[in-house]
Amino acid sequence: MSVNETRKELKVSAIENGTVIDHIPADAVFQVINILNLNNIRNQLMVGTNLDSKKLDKKGIIKVSNKYFEKDEINKIALIAPTASLIVIKDFTVVYKENVEIPNSVDKIVKCINPNCITNHEKVPTQFSVVDKDDLSLLCHYCEKTTKKENFSFI
Amino acid sequence: MPNTPLLRGVWGCVYQTRPFIFLIFHLHIEERQVFNLNTILVNITENIYRMKNKSLVSINDIQKEQYQEILDLAEKFEENPTQDILNKYVVATLFFEPSTRTRLSFESAASRLGAKVIGFTDAATSSVKKGESLKDTILTVSNYSDIIVMRHPKEGSARYASEVSPVPIINAGDGANQHPTQCLLDLYSIRKTQGRLDNINIAFVGDLKYGRTVHSLAIALTNFNTTFHLVSPEELKLPSSVKRYIKQKGLKYYQYSELEEVIPSVDILYMTRIQQERFSDPLEFERVKNAYILRKTHLKYSKKNLKVLHPLPRINEITEDVDSDPKAYYFQQAQNGVYVRQALLATILGA
Repeated sequence: MSVNETRKELKVSAIENGTVIDHIPADAVFQVINILNLNNIRNQLMVGTNLDSKKLDKKGIIKVSNKYFEKDEINKIALIAPTASLIVIKDFTVVYKENVEIPNSVDKIVKCINPNCITNHEKVPTQFSVVDKDDLSLLCHYCEKTTKKENFSFI
Repeated sequence: MPNTPLLRGVWGCVYQTRPFIFLIFHLHIEERQVFNLNTILVNITENIYRMKNKSLVSINDIQKEQYQEILDLAEKFEENPTQDILNKYVVATLFFEPSTRTRLSFESAASRLGAKVIGFTDAATSSVKKGESLKDTILTVSNYSDIIVMRHPKEGSARYASEVSPVPIINAGDGANQHPTQCLLDLYSIRKTQGRLDNINIAFVGDLKYGRTVHSLAIALTNFNTTFHLVSPEELKLPSSVKRYIKQKGLKYYQYSELEEVIPSVDILYMTRIQQERFSDPLEFERVKNAYILRKTHLKYSKKNLKVLHPLPRINEITEDVDSDPKAYYFQQAQNGVYVRQALLATILGA
């Protein structure tokens, strides 16, 4: 199968080398871009959202050329896009594919729900450990209070 | 072992400082009976020696073995409270919110060890009022002192301070979160009055939802096979985050709504204050506030070894006629705070 044939089927064009993050819930695409700090990146970046998907009904996809993520980094997006998968492309070929996993710790991206927590009053980057992966909840390293998934707000 | 110059150097350093380390601890324990001298020494070097130059932020940072040794050391200070071992040190007490009791207890502990005390008693009289960040205050004060004792209204402030400070921090209360020295003095009081920490039946009474002393003490006690009796109104029950620790250790806890039910079966009765502002319905507060008042008549049906503890200040939850009863222990409990804080200052400064 040539590259050109593949391209016809894709709504977002293929990349030669880089990373594809697929199966992102459509409403989480821009949050994922923020969390991975892709809004400041100089590499080629292609974003598609509200694409049809068998798995998700509507999905988003992000393709970044010549950029590879550390596992910890990509796992951050598991908080908002637990269905996402990470695909590493080299020379138009998939060399690696993996679903994201909820990490053991979450730094800097989620706000602590406790209004009296020091992180909401001074310039302190937040740090959490994940205490429950099924019913996602985060324990604040500072105030020791728990923030649950339904209360997540992203910095 | 490969005999590299580096390893030889490291070993040399350790070997050279060995008598010095021995000397430091020998000073603390010289009055202890000879038969357990060696075990204490080994334990101290292994356990509380690790606390030297480290901050004490949360009771969860201390391990079971360390509790025991801090209490052992506090016992030494109780026997001999005035010891001039910190006379080269400056202790800063930064009270971003007022807490006269805790501050005086720390300052008393520091003074009895010969340390100089500097600090402020209220954020209104400090540069905080001018808008200085906590980080800047800590960095500045760390230039003037060897250790910082801080009380701050925001939860997590002490952890944050410990991360930016070049000198150790002792948390003297961060909002509703942690107050580890209170917890240690509670443990000290329990061990002193019961002769042990293991297998205690303890009742916590009153506000178990917001009371940080209850949370910390309950969590610390899960290391000692404690049975918990929890007496509170429905809206002030112990939070599930604390119960999780009890369950994890497979310990038993029982919940009650009446104070009378629990008195005959416990060794320690830990009373707390119920605060009106915790209730959305003022009528509800009126209903429960009198349900958790301990009176002298209650003690008639208690165990002989029962002791009543309270973190103080008390409002009306223990009537004054209890004070003269030998089972009332809350004022001695406060006194024990000084010994525990002496032990902590000495351990952390490594004097």
